[in-house]
Amino acid sequence: MDKKIALVAAVVVVLVGMSMPLFAHHGTSVFDTSKTLTLKGSVTAWDWSNPHCLLQFDVKNEDGQLVHWIAETQNPGNMVYAGWAKSSFKPGDEVTVTLVPAKNGRPFGHINQVLLPNGKTLDANKGLTTTNDSAGSSGGSKPDNYSK
Amino acid sequence: MLSPFRVSVIVLSAALTLSPLAYAQSARPPQSGLHKDEKAPTAPAPRHDISGTWVPANGLLDGIQPEGVKAMPNDGKSEHQLPYTPHGLETYKSHKPLIGIDAVAPAFFNDPRDKCEPLGFPRADLYYLRETQIMQNEYKVAVLYQYGEAWRVIWTDGRELPKLVDGGVLVGNEVREPRFYGYSVGKWVDDTTLVVQTVGMMPEDRVWLDITGRPISDALRVEERFHRVNHDLLELTVTIDDPKMYTKPWIAMNKFPMRLEDPHTDVMEVYCSPSEMEKYNQLFANPTSAPAGDTPVR
Repeated sequence: MDKKIALVAAVVVVLVGMSMPLFAHHGTSVFDTSKTLTLKGSVTAWDWSNPHCLLQFDVKNEDGQLVHWIAETQNPGNMVYAGWAKSSFKPGDEVTVTLVPAKNGRPFGHINQVLLPNGKTLDANKGLTTTNDSAGSSGGSKPDNYSK
Repeated sequence: MLSPFRVSVIVLSAALTLSPLAYAQSARPPQSGLHKDEKAPTAPAPRHDISGTWVPANGLLDGIQPEGVKAMPNDGKSEHQLPYTPHGLETYKSHKPLIGIDAVAPAFFNDPRDKCEPLGFPRADLYYLRETQIMQNEYKVAVLYQYGEAWRVIWTDGRELPKLVDGGVLVGNEVREPRFYGYSVGKWVDDTTLVVQTVGMMPEDRVWLDITGRPISDALRVEERFHRVNHDLLELTVTIDDPKMYTKPWIAMNKFPMRLEDPHTDVMEVYCSPSEMEKYNQLFANPTSAPAGDTPVR
């Protein structure tokens, strides 16, 4: 198996509710929410933008061909609260992406989580379900006086 | 370059922030002397003051209301069916939302939100109600919504609510235009409850009530009840009264809890950018909405 980029695993049927993605801008109609895919790839772009952030990455398939994937998260206002940032990825980063794939079989999906090169995992759904009691700010914004 | 709209927001925000009454009672009482795990007792609500930065107390999804208005989600359950008039139902069916039991694929929606139209009121309460900054002085209460960085003013200076007339509202002898965020007048009904009436919103082809495509019209009247339960908790109840769309008034948000946030919090912007929306549609929404081998074009 290619050490750098490899399609790791396969389609996993998940229990409903265990890793159900959260959608606030659009619904689940284009995604097969009964499945998740785990893919190892190399980041080509990270768009920190509305209405959804988009992670673009290349994955080598079993035939050795590169497949370009695009996967969305929530918008920056939600993601920052889950610990994501504009600086979370840069081109060339080797990542492992767990996502809910598009129904039409194209290389698109909705991200559940991403394993970063440093071993840290970013959970895409965390921010929306966190309450004020478990975090200082519930809106993604930060107590901040700028510099004084 | 700043647009006139942004300049207005900045000026309004600055004026209210500099007002001696703004945030006058938002600072929390001292809590020294507590043990590490000991929770400070909640201070009582200040009189006639709902200022502060408020966030949904039960998590962000509670305020985003992704399944439709919080008290009546659009989930197909019989207890959540709205009392549509025939025209209301017809209007609802003409809407193509991205969420709800009648959702369409991302390439086929017609939600004005995704054309970067203003959400308008009361959708600002009923969709994506997140970090909400409320500032007030003796004349008015300003509500600054996070989504779209939109704001509205609720007059508390004793003026009368404008009268709904054809084409807008009557203010004195003058017919004024409909507004996305309407005309609002608030009255304190007790020490901790501000009741706000709003009329004069945009017609049905410009705005939706919620993300699932429920309709509203220019005949809409909205009542908001802001009840500050204690220093840190605000409850919001929203009642919809729209005789064109619904046969009777109904409650869209019922004692929705919001919690006071650190007054130093710098609220992150959440906006709709036409260029970013176009890029998203091209890169993601269109190809994911297409059958295999076919890409729709909006």
